[in-house]
Amino acid sequence: MIKLNLKLFVIFFLSIISFKPLQSAEMVDPIKVDWSFKGLTGTFDRASLQRGFQVYKEVCSSCHSMQYLSYRNLGEPGGPEFSEQEVKAIAASFEIQDGPDSQGEMFTRPGRPSDKFKNPYPNVQAATAANGGAYPPDMSVLVKARKGGANYIYSVLVGYEDPPAGVTLDDGVYYNKFMVGNKIKMPNNLMDGLVEYADGTESTVDQMAKDVTTFLAWAAEPELEERHKTGVKVIIYLVLLTILVYLSMKKIWSRIDTEV
Amino acid sequence: MSEHEYVPKSKAGKWFNDRLPLLTLGAHLTDYPTPKNLNYWWTFGGILTFCLITQIVTGIVLAMHYVAHADLAFASVEHIMRDVNYGWLIRYIHSNGASMFFLAVYIHIFRSLFYGSYKSPREVIWIIGLMIYLLMMAAAFMGYVLPWGQMSFWGATVITNLFSAIPLVGDSITTWLWGAYSVDNPTLNRFFSLHYLIPFLILGLVVLHIWALHVPGNNNPVGIDIKKPSKDTVPFHPYITIKDAFALLVFMIIFAGFVFFTPNVLGHSDNYIPANPLVTPAHIVPEWYLLPFYAILRSVPDKLGGVILMFSAIFILFVLPWLDTSKVRSAVFRPIYRQFFWILVIDVLMLGYVGAMPAEGIYLVLARVGTIYYFLHFIVVMPVVGYLEKTDPIPMSISEPVLSGGAEPAVARKVDDKA
Repeated sequence: MIKLNLKLFVIFFLSIISFKPLQSAEMVDPIKVDWSFKGLTGTFDRASLQRGFQVYKEVCSSCHSMQYLSYRNLGEPGGPEFSEQEVKAIAASFEIQDGPDSQGEMFTRPGRPSDKFKNPYPNVQAATAANGGAYPPDMSVLVKARKGGANYIYSVLVGYEDPPAGVTLDDGVYYNKFMVGNKIKMPNNLMDGLVEYADGTESTVDQMAKDVTTFLAWAAEPELEERHKTGVKVIIYLVLLTILVYLSMKKIWSRIDTEV
Repeated sequence: MSEHEYVPKSKAGKWFNDRLPLLTLGAHLTDYPTPKNLNYWWTFGGILTFCLITQIVTGIVLAMHYVAHADLAFASVEHIMRDVNYGWLIRYIHSNGASMFFLAVYIHIFRSLFYGSYKSPREVIWIIGLMIYLLMMAAAFMGYVLPWGQMSFWGATVITNLFSAIPLVGDSITTWLWGAYSVDNPTLNRFFSLHYLIPFLILGLVVLHIWALHVPGNNNPVGIDIKKPSKDTVPFHPYITIKDAFALLVFMIIFAGFVFFTPNVLGHSDNYIPANPLVTPAHIVPEWYLLPFYAILRSVPDKLGGVILMFSAIFILFVLPWLDTSKVRSAVFRPIYRQFFWILVIDVLMLGYVGAMPAEGIYLVLARVGTIYYFLHFIVVMPVVGYLEKTDPIPMSISEPVLSGGAEPAVARKVDDKA
C-alpha cells in the first residue's frame, strides 16, 4: 500500500511541479541572470532599483507608461526606498493634469506623491500611432506578463543584433535574438554611457539593462520582499505546528492498537 | 442516526435541543464511528472542506475591492495587488487555492476509484460528489475570466463558443450566454454574479455529500462492510480529527509554498496582459486542471463531436457504479483491475500533458489514443474485468486481516453486492 501511495503522490506531484508550458520553436532561451530577488529569501538590490528608476525615467518613460504605479510607491519599504523629500521632488518634476476646477476648466499642476505615474501619451491609440503601429506596452506588470520574466526582459534589452544573412527587415523593424519571432519595433535604445548614474556606477548597456529590469521586476511585484519574509515565517510556523500535531496524533492513537 | 440518544447535560442545552437538536447533531458528528484503518488518502475530504471555506472567505474579501467591468476589472485587480492591505496575499491565496482545490479533488476522486467508494451502497455520495466537481469546474472557469486578462478573455471565448456547436439553436444560445454578440462587459458581469453564487451551491451539496456519507458510513481500504461501532471503528473525534488536522497542515505547507514563493507558476503569463479582442494569443490554454478535457475536446476533428465527447467524459462517471460489475470494492484485492487503475491514472496525466501542447503531429495522435483509452476503461474494462477477474481473499474484518502467505488464510465470506 505504501508503495502505491508513494507512486501516486510522486506522479501527481511531478506532473504539477515539472509542468512545462508551451515553447515557441523560433525562440532562443533567455539568458539566465542570477538576480538578487530570486530564491526563497531574495530581496531587491536597493541601489540597482534606484538606478533602474533613473533609466526608466530618462529612457523608457518617453514611450512606455506605468499606469498602476504611484510616485509614493518609490518611497515605500521593499522598493527603491527614495527618501520622502526625493519622492516629493520626483513627483513634482512632472506636470500632471487635474481638474475640473470650480470654473470647469482642466489645469496642470506639479505632481504629488499620491499621483499615478504620468502617461507619455493621452491614450493607447496615440501611443500606437506615434510608434509605427506598435503599442509600447504598459510596463507595470510586464515582468509577470512575459514568459521567462526578468530574464526575458533583460535578454531582449541586450539581444539586438544585425540580422543574419537572408533576413530582410522593413523600416522601423529591428532584429532581436530573444524576441519572439526575432522582430521588434522598439529600437535599441541603450548605449554605453547613455545615462549618468548619480552613484557613479559605470553605465554600460549590460548594467543599465540589469538595473532597469530589476526596477521592472519590483514594479510588477512590489510585495515580493514582504511576501518572501512572511512566507519564511509562515512555513516555519506551520512546520512547528505540524510537528506538535503529529506528536499529539501519535499520543492519541497509542490508546488503540492501530498504527497511524 | 446516532446509535444512542444524546441527552444534553445542562438544562439550557436540553431546552434548546428539544426545540432544535443541533447538539444531537454535534454529538453524532463527534462520536461518528469511523473505520480505524483509513489511510491518508482519506484525509482529502477534510482538506477539501478547508479549500472551499478558504475560497469563500478570500473570495468575499476580494469581491469588496474587485470591479466587474470590462474597462476596470484589470485595473481593480492591480489595485488589490498594490493598494489593498494584504491584497496580494488574499488574491494569491484565492488563485493558488483554486489549483490546490483541484489537486485535492483529483486525489479524492482517484482514491474513490481505487477503493471502490462509488459502489453500492454509496452511489448517491458519488453522484453528489460529481455534481460538486462539475460546479467547481464552472466556478473555476468563470473565476479565471474575472481578471480580464488575455487568457481570461480568450478562454471565455473558446469555451462559450463550444455551445455554438449545438445544431439549430447553437448560435442563439451562445449569444444568450454572452448577453452580447461577443464576450464583452455583460458576459463579465454575469460571470462574476455566477462565480459568487456557485460556491454556496457547492457548500449546500457538501452538506448533502456528508449527510449521504453518514448513512452507510465510510468505506475503507479493505473495502468490507464493518459493524459500527465495533473494534473496527474509532470515534471521529479525537482520532480522525487529529489525523485530518495533521494531513491538512502538511497540505497547507505545500499551499503556502506556492502562495509565498511561486504564486504565478500555475497561472499563464498572458493573463497579466489586459484583454484585447483584437489580438489572439498564440496558444489558448485553459488552467492545468481542465487540460485533460481540453485534450479530449480537441482530439475530435468535428466541433460538435468534440463537445459531446468532452461532456461524455464527465457524465460517464455518473453511471460508474453500474458499469463496475465487480463484487469486491477495494482494488487492493483486485490484481487485474489494480493495474488498469494505474493505466487510467497515466492516461489522464498524459491527456493533461497533450492538452497543453499544440493539437498537431504526435500530440494529436496521443490525444486520440488517450481519449479512446479513457472511454474503453469505463465502457469495456470495468464491466469485463469485474466479471472475469479472480479476486484475492478478503478478510473478515479490519482487525483480522488476511495474512498473505499464511498457512490458513482467513478467507471467509463473499462480499455481497448489497450488504
